Amino acid sequence: MTALSVPLSHVLALAATLFLIGLLGVLIRRNLIFLLMSLEIMLNAAGLAFIGAGARWGTADGQIMYMLILALAAAEVAVGLGLLLQLERRLGTLDVDAASELKG
Amino acid sequence: MISLGLIGLLLVGAPLAWAGERLGPSWPQRLSLVVLGLASAWLLLGWLAAAADDGVVETVALTWIPRFGIGVILVLDGLSLVMVALTLALGAVAVVSSWTEVGERHGFFQFNLLLTLAGVAGVFMAQDLFLFFVFWEVMLVPMYLLIAIWGHEARAYAAMKFFLFTQISGLLLLVAIVALVLSHQAATGVLTFDYRLLVTGAGSLPAWVMVGFLAAFLTKLPSVPVHSWLPDAHTQAPTAGSVILAGIMLKTGAYGLIRFVVPLFPDASEALRQPLMVLGAVSVVYGGYLAFAQDDFKRLVAYSSISHMGFVLLGVFAWNQLAVQGAVVQMVAHGFSTAALFMMAGALQERLHTRELSQMGGLWQRAPRMGAVALFFVVASLGMPGLGNFVGEFMVLLGAFQVDVGPTIIAALGLIVAAAYALLLMQRSFQGAAPSGAPELRDFGARELAVMILLMAALITLGVYPQPLLDVSGPVVDGLRALTGAAR
Amino acid sequence: MSVGLLWLIPMLPLLGFLALAATEGRLGERAVAVIGAGSVGLAALLAVPVTVGFFELPADTGFSQTLWVWLDVAGFRPAFTLYLDGLSLVMLWVITGVGFLIHLYATGYMSGDPGYSRFFAYMNLFVFAMLMLVLGNDLLVLYLGWEGVGLCSYLLIGFFQQDPANGYAARKAFVVTRIGDTAMALGLFLLFRELGTLEIQPLLGAATAAWPEGSATLTLAALLLLGGAVGKSAQLPLQTWLPDAMAGPTPVSALIHAATMVTAGVYLIARLHDLYLLAPVAQTAVALTGLATLFIAAFAALVQTDVKRILAYSTMSQIGYMFFALGVGAWSAAVFHLMTHAFFKALLFLSAGSLILALHHEQEVTRMGGLWRRLPWPFAGMLVGSAALAALPFTSGYFSKDAILLTAFDAPGGFWLWSVALLAALVTALYSVRLLVLVFFGQPRWQQSGREPRDRGGIAMRLPLAALSLLAIGGGWFGLSPVAAVLPDGGVGHGHGGWVMWATSATPLLGVLLGLLLFQRWGAVVARLGTSGGTRAVRRFWLSGWGFDWLYRQLIERPFVALARINRNDVVDRVFAALAGGALGVNGLLSATQTGRLRWYLANMAGGLALVLLIVLGVL
Repeated sequence: MTALSVPLSHVLALAATLFLIGLLGVLIRRNLIFLLMSLEIMLNAAGLAFIGAGARWGTADGQIMYMLILALAAAEVAVGLGLLLQLERRLGTLDVDAASELKG
Repeated sequence: MISLGLIGLLLVGAPLAWAGERLGPSWPQRLSLVVLGLASAWLLLGWLAAAADDGVVETVALTWIPRFGIGVILVLDGLSLVMVALTLALGAVAVVSSWTEVGERHGFFQFNLLLTLAGVAGVFMAQDLFLFFVFWEVMLVPMYLLIAIWGHEARAYAAMKFFLFTQISGLLLLVAIVALVLSHQAATGVLTFDYRLLVTGAGSLPAWVMVGFLAAFLTKLPSVPVHSWLPDAHTQAPTAGSVILAGIMLKTGAYGLIRFVVPLFPDASEALRQPLMVLGAVSVVYGGYLAFAQDDFKRLVAYSSISHMGFVLLGVFAWNQLAVQGAVVQMVAHGFSTAALFMMAGALQERLHTRELSQMGGLWQRAPRMGAVALFFVVASLGMPGLGNFVGEFMVLLGAFQVDVGPTIIAALGLIVAAAYALLLMQRSFQGAAPSGAPELRDFGARELAVMILLMAALITLGVYPQPLLDVSGPVVDGLRALTGAAR
Repeated sequence: MSVGLLWLIPMLPLLGFLALAATEGRLGERAVAVIGAGSVGLAALLAVPVTVGFFELPADTGFSQTLWVWLDVAGFRPAFTLYLDGLSLVMLWVITGVGFLIHLYATGYMSGDPGYSRFFAYMNLFVFAMLMLVLGNDLLVLYLGWEGVGLCSYLLIGFFQQDPANGYAARKAFVVTRIGDTAMALGLFLLFRELGTLEIQPLLGAATAAWPEGSATLTLAALLLLGGAVGKSAQLPLQTWLPDAMAGPTPVSALIHAATMVTAGVYLIARLHDLYLLAPVAQTAVALTGLATLFIAAFAALVQTDVKRILAYSTMSQIGYMFFALGVGAWSAAVFHLMTHAFFKALLFLSAGSLILALHHEQEVTRMGGLWRRLPWPFAGMLVGSAALAALPFTSGYFSKDAILLTAFDAPGGFWLWSVALLAALVTALYSVRLLVLVFFGQPRWQQSGREPRDRGGIAMRLPLAALSLLAIGGGWFGLSPVAAVLPDGGVGHGHGGWVMWATSATPLLGVLLGLLLFQRWGAVVARLGTSGGTRAVRRFWLSGWGFDWLYRQLIERPFVALARINRNDVVDRVFAALAGGALGVNGLLSATQTGRLRWYLANMAGGLALVLLIVLGVL
């Protein structure tokens, strides 16, 4: 295996940036679709970190983990979109703050 | 087996009375009365059959959880006998007073009533501290339900307040019991909850443990400043609940002081004697003063209970024979007189649909028999010689005066305040002019009058010849005082 | 032994009470009268054999009869023991004899009242309690009677219960006397602590043995007992309840608030005279209390316009004389005056009752006048009673009051004591004359009511008037020898001759003359004095009973009630409410964090994670 052409720290910085963008998206956006998209970004940030780490240590674990995350993301989007449709049907909106029935 | 049979009878009778609901509308209360009658007969027969020299009628000691030194230890001695007899008598009064008042779920009502009585009877007889605590809790929950389900308008608030005060102080009691037992184990190597063993090594117990006991018993008594659950609970409870609360349940606190606190902590009791006597005296005056200000018949009577129980606190910590015996008489007399006054309040509420004194006045004209009965118990409550309350109060004051003059003088002022609030109650409810056009008021019928006459007879007997009662409780009081080394 | 019938005497009125209470007012008036008055009459009859039996006993011994032991704890062993000696014998006669006459009168007076049966039930209970008070050989039994008469007094003052003012007067009477009673109870506690008994005879012996003269503890005990006596006997400073107590029916005023209950304090001190002999300070306090009261009350009586209030203040004043007598050592004279006062004051009240009834419940003397021809019975009764009250020579009051005044002259500082008391005696004669003049002479002022006065007394009401008139005139000739054996001064003394005696006897006559001048001759002038300038202020001051009511209302009653109102909801409960409120507040704060918004939870999670991360990395 050849050494990484970019330093690991750059990869991790990119992953962290992506993660933060995703997190901010989750926190700021109220539309459920954007929320789900932001979640995807965060998942991909984690995946990128795995791949980078796998490349750094020269093992396949990182790639394997990414595969798993891909599968997870697919499942998650399926469930998430299902919930989204339900919510849209019940509340007539995609605003996530409208679903606050657990308010204490 | 008197004690076990008694508690068993009440515990078995409770579901039976509940089930009696299926037989007909008044069957639960009839069954309750039968159960209480049987229990009384059982107690009476057992007492007569046993020849008690030192005041102990019967001792039952069974093992329960031997690993922790916990047993079923029930001792029926003179003091317990008096209190249990009072419990059964006032239990019957409570059943009668609930006869027409409780509309719905009467079976469940009687179930709770009997369960409470079972708990109280157990408290008065248990001499294993763990068992004592169990009974202490047993009497709490059904009482909570009685207030919360069948109470008046602010019942939820009152029931919750009652529960919190009793439960928090009860937990302190539990902590104190465990601490007591562990320290006893540390000193002697024996792990036991048996009060009879614990009390012999009483001198070595740490004094701070007493605070837990005091918290529970003073709250139950109640004494100023932990009295404030009482007016709400008593006012909101149904009549039967008020009768049980004031007539019997308060006495568990007093009983606990006499039976446990002073004998287990003689030195600490001696050290705290004066503050506690002052607390009792302050309760007498402050309770009476608050009673004076009330506009609600039941609330006024409730506050007067605080005043009356203050005398008990004063007497117990004076800890000489006169004062403690006086406290016992006071407990019994207060049970009768207050039960009657709460019944009166209940009867008035049933007829007038109000407890507000401002809505009353001139009731004597409309119901002279009720007026005369109310007058009797009001007069008893203000400490008229010839009636039981006077004997109790006078003995307590006479005994307390020998120990500590200051608190006694304060408490004696309570006699003046008692006259003020008691007569004001009479004035505002029964005297004065009846509003014109007031509808006819149903006077006492035979059932209510019979109960009242029995209570009157009890108070008069207690007032002019309390000696039989004193003879029954006397040896026990002497025994407990001997434990603390009091030679007075 | 006929004296053994003693226990029946209190029992009979008690049975009367129980019978009347048990029948709940269903009996007719005649049956009630038979039970109510009959039980007391029978008790009075029984007093005859008891008295005969008593005199058959060896001289100077008391007779005691134990019914049962009340209780027996730790050496405290009060028993229901009746004790009869000269003192209680005199009291027994006053209570049953005068009591019966008043009961008899009341059967007529109360006729037609819906509470007829209730009235006699209370009255019988009162007689029972009063008898227990004087016969009890234990201070606790005495205390039972003491509180019992207080209760009956309360019940009877407030007998006409529809009017809240009567209820107020009744409560005032009970609470004010309860203040004294509480002092007395403390005195009992003190005596028991020091002497170990409350049984009167052993107690007196033990006190004499245990304490030297002037002992501080003994003085304190005697003063506390004096507190009880002061309350019950309406002496300064607890006298304010008595004038208001006139709200009760007039026979009640005669029996309870003139003849018997209010003299209980005198009885108490006479009964415990050994204590007071050993405590000269306390005895002096008794004398000064009596002196102050007799003086103040006499002037207050001078300006009242309600016939019963005049008599009430007069009673207060006369009991003041009794206390004064006890204080200066004229023990027998005090008891003597108690007896004669019972005669003439009961007579005065009953006459006033007939008068009030005849005038259709008019009590203001300003709306009477010129009635002597129309109402001969009340007039005769009042005339005789006033003569005895003013202590005109050879009436009963003359003997007793002279004995008091003459003994007082010999006491330390006697001249001054005597002078003040004599001045009050002059005022006594003045207000007696004023009462007679305003009611029976002068211009009729009752026509405004438009109703003719009508003497409605039947035989039941006239017989007691006649009997009491005889006693009020001739009662002074009773030698009162039984008392001599009990009290330390050996009987009623007539120590002084000379100018003191003459002055003492002549003063009432002078008072009568002056009174006739003032109220008959110059009546208009005096009346004008009362409505103008400085004399008007004085009159109003006296009319209000020297302002004591006002003072107590401002100093005690108002603050007491106001504070009670403020604290109605119990300041202690506020603390717990604050605790509960605090718990609710914290609960509110915590539940505010549960917004139900997903993004809020996420942000918290992220923030929390970041925090943990920073802590783990050691940045924080």
